[in-house]
Amino acid sequence: MSSLSTPSIAGAPPILAARGIARTDPLVGAVLLQPATLELFGGDQLVVSGASGAGKSVLMRSLAMLDPLSAGTVLLHGEAVEAAAIPAFRAQVAYLRQRPSMLPGTVEDNLRFPYTLAAHCRRSYSRARALALLAAAGKPAGFLDKQARDLSGGEAQIVALIRTLQLDPAVLLLDEPTAALDPEATAVIEKMVLDWAAGRLDEPGGAASRKAATAWITHSPAQEARIGNRHFRMHAGLLSEAPPAQAAS
Amino acid sequence: MSQGHLADLSFSDLGIAALLILVNGAISLALRLNLEKKLALAAVRTVVQLLAIGYVLQWVFELNVWYVVLAILALMTLIAGHASSRRSGLRYDGIGADGVLSVWGSSWVITAVGLFAILRIHPWYEPQYAIPILGMILGNTLTGVSLGLERITEELNARRDQIETLLCLGATRWEAFRLPAQQAVRAGMMPMINSMSVVGIVSLPGMMTGQVLAGQGPAEAIRYQIVIMFLIASASALGTVAIVLLVYRRLFSAEHRFLYWRLVERK
Repeated sequence: MSSLSTPSIAGAPPILAARGIARTDPLVGAVLLQPATLELFGGDQLVVSGASGAGKSVLMRSLAMLDPLSAGTVLLHGEAVEAAAIPAFRAQVAYLRQRPSMLPGTVEDNLRFPYTLAAHCRRSYSRARALALLAAAGKPAGFLDKQARDLSGGEAQIVALIRTLQLDPAVLLLDEPTAALDPEATAVIEKMVLDWAAGRLDEPGGAASRKAATAWITHSPAQEARIGNRHFRMHAGLLSEAPPAQAAS
Repeated sequence: MSQGHLADLSFSDLGIAALLILVNGAISLALRLNLEKKLALAAVRTVVQLLAIGYVLQWVFELNVWYVVLAILALMTLIAGHASSRRSGLRYDGIGADGVLSVWGSSWVITAVGLFAILRIHPWYEPQYAIPILGMILGNTLTGVSLGLERITEELNARRDQIETLLCLGATRWEAFRLPAQQAVRAGMMPMINSMSVVGIVSLPGMMTGQVLAGQGPAEAIRYQIVIMFLIASASALGTVAIVLLVYRRLFSAEHRFLYWRLVERK
């Protein structure tokens, strides 16, 4: 078992902690993720790299509690998460998939949708916030009225990112969100995530002390150098902390 | 139930009718469809199967004891329930049991309402009513359940990305399931709504036609038919909802996870 953590500041528990989480394939029983221990604090920008099929997505999906674990626990602010509290947990620990999935309707319909869920019922959609996030992505206000099905892959991923960022999760898990995108869209996404994590995209007058953590999966050493401050490798289901790979350019 | 009289059919009458099947044979020969053997076999099956069920029903009607009637009803239900899950291209462990359970529960509840609250039969197992009415309800519930099952498994399989996206945004398992569920229940209820809207105009239901042929007045036959249509409609709606909920229970865990790997292509 690998035990990897940065020292916590003044004993505050990490936002998200995984203690010996492991996963086996439910059908054939193969080990997908060997017991992994990991702590994420505010300001952490974790990067996980490794070959395809090494278990990077499995780790992210396990952290988001999307798949059943064969061992270990996931703790949010130092506390285990009960089954009934998992939707609220996922509102705090947001997982962004590699392929964005748009719901029927316009871009704005997509941005409004999360607020119809019970987990976000105490909050309401803010068009001003949506416009500010769109502006940060270089999109005009008219973009809100575009049909979601007409978006390009890069545009859809930007909408999916804004749909999640506006909810201000405490942890953002990104599963190769730019793998299928062109360099421009990739740059937009990277900048938005970094700005958001640093609090630069917060609502004016919002919670000032909020410090989010991000965890990216990437294949690109150049991207790893740009976006990460903690570097991990995944090899055959085993997670280990490792210095960043040499950036190619 | 005979104000009029029914022309008794003898075996020689049936023989004349059987000659008509030769028309099909002649067409097959003339156009070289190569269907003669299949036609002959199908014709023989029609005669043998109907004769057999006729004798069984006659035996049951004469015996008139509750446990034999109940056994026949259970057997019919099991066969329909089993058939309900055979059609879907995707399967999961327990799909057969879910099919039987949803057909059984919905058809028996509605049949009970029909027999005891509307027709008020005595004794409660009166085979002349219980068997044909359950049979009609089963046939349509089977359609609703199998369409609903086919649709829900297809929707879940095709919309895995969307379902997981909703879960990632903080949706409960029910919030993530709601949209595919609506599609599936709609698909399961559609045939019944269609047939209710054309009944009497495009189609004259077999049961009503049979009653009229047997000498009952059309007004009486129609009242029966209306009751039957509503029994059928409610049973198939109930069965469709039941199968969709059973699928939900199998494929979504209490931890609000979508257990997509349980859904596999039928070999």
